Amino acid sequence: MADDKDVLRDVWFGRIPTCFTLNQDEVTEREAEPYYLLLPRVSYLTLVTDKVKKHFLKLMKTEDVEEMWFEYEGTPLKWHYPIGVLFDLHASNTVLPWTITVHFKNFPDLDLLHCPSNSVIEAHFMSSIKEADALKHKSQVINDMQKKDHKQLWMGLQNDKFDQFWAINRKLMEYSTEEGGFRYIPFRIYQTMSDRPFIQKQFRPVSPEGNAHTLSDLLKEMYPAAIPNEGEQKRYQVVIHGIEPLLETPLQWLSEHLSHPDNFLHICIIPVPSD
Amino acid sequence: MSDNAESSTETQKEEVQPDDPTTNEEKKKIDVLLKAVGDTPIMKTRKWAVERGRTVQSLSQFISRFLKLDASEQLFIYVNQSFAPSPDQEAGVLFDCFGSDGKLVLHYCKSQAWG
Repeated sequence: MADDKDVLRDVWFGRIPTCFTLNQDEVTEREAEPYYLLLPRVSYLTLVTDKVKKHFLKLMKTEDVEEMWFEYEGTPLKWHYPIGVLFDLHASNTVLPWTITVHFKNFPDLDLLHCPSNSVIEAHFMSSIKEADALKHKSQVINDMQKKDHKQLWMGLQNDKFDQFWAINRKLMEYSTEEGGFRYIPFRIYQTMSDRPFIQKQFRPVSPEGNAHTLSDLLKEMYPAAIPNEGEQKRYQVVIHGIEPLLETPLQWLSEHLSHPDNFLHICIIPVPSD
Repeated sequence: MSDNAESSTETQKEEVQPDDPTTNEEKKKIDVLLKAVGDTPIMKTRKWAVERGRTVQSLSQFISRFLKLDASEQLFIYVNQSFAPSPDQEAGVLFDCFGSDGKLVLHYCKSQAWG
């Protein structure tokens, strides 16, 4: 298991080189230089872009500034999805750095949730963890924790402290050996080709016969088109944290090692690039 | 609101309707039971048939309108008396994951009830 712990670190410290440019319709006193940042995959856009905001606000009049939001090639980026999910879903197979456009006007209310402060991100993050634990342990683990443990999960994410976060999060990853896994695997399957936000259902890590369910078993049930039939060309990539895990990987293992800090396994299904 | 001028003369129809089992054709709609918490007003009709794609945000707006809450008043919605689903979460997803006995129980509250 010692080796598997390295996976947790690799996931936590995953970074995406990003170039932020100001939307050209914004009024500035002089031309805005782009701003470069390494974005943590497991964090949230509005949590790690204070510097981006400061950089552009220096050039703008306060009356021209409303809530900041982000867009990539015409798609408003949902801050409440982990950064890595946004990248994999909208921008994988493109050249780095990831170029994100920053807006301070015309907030797209229909597409994005407002994020007036970090406490909104904290509430969203903690709710996701609670939702995941409702699926994993009928909420027993999260409810047995103290308020300070909840705070430590959040502070760990906010301050990018791997050890602080995992000291508590490991409890959320426990299960009894006779059950062989969580009650249900908290997962979300995203696709760009659909208007629906994501697929999320109950799915057990172990079959009624006692066999470990794999990523392939999950996809067969939730998104069969993602698995190519024999002799057929692959049409979709199944991406988690920027990689395509083997489809025969046990789902319980993926849930324990490749989940985001919100305790969900976020899976992106994207069309294979055509060129 | 509507792009169809004729519809304005019709009786305004809520997307959420009092539950009638016969109208839940092909399970496109799910049953939602709405329960008030604390001093938040109760709704006389508690059970509603809701489109699967309906978001938490739009349900929350529906309840606020129904209870005639001020625009300034917040409304919190909880699943399993434990977590507040994201406003863009679909009712159908919550039903699939957290429904029991053929219905989804949602608690609503004017103040934060559970974390």
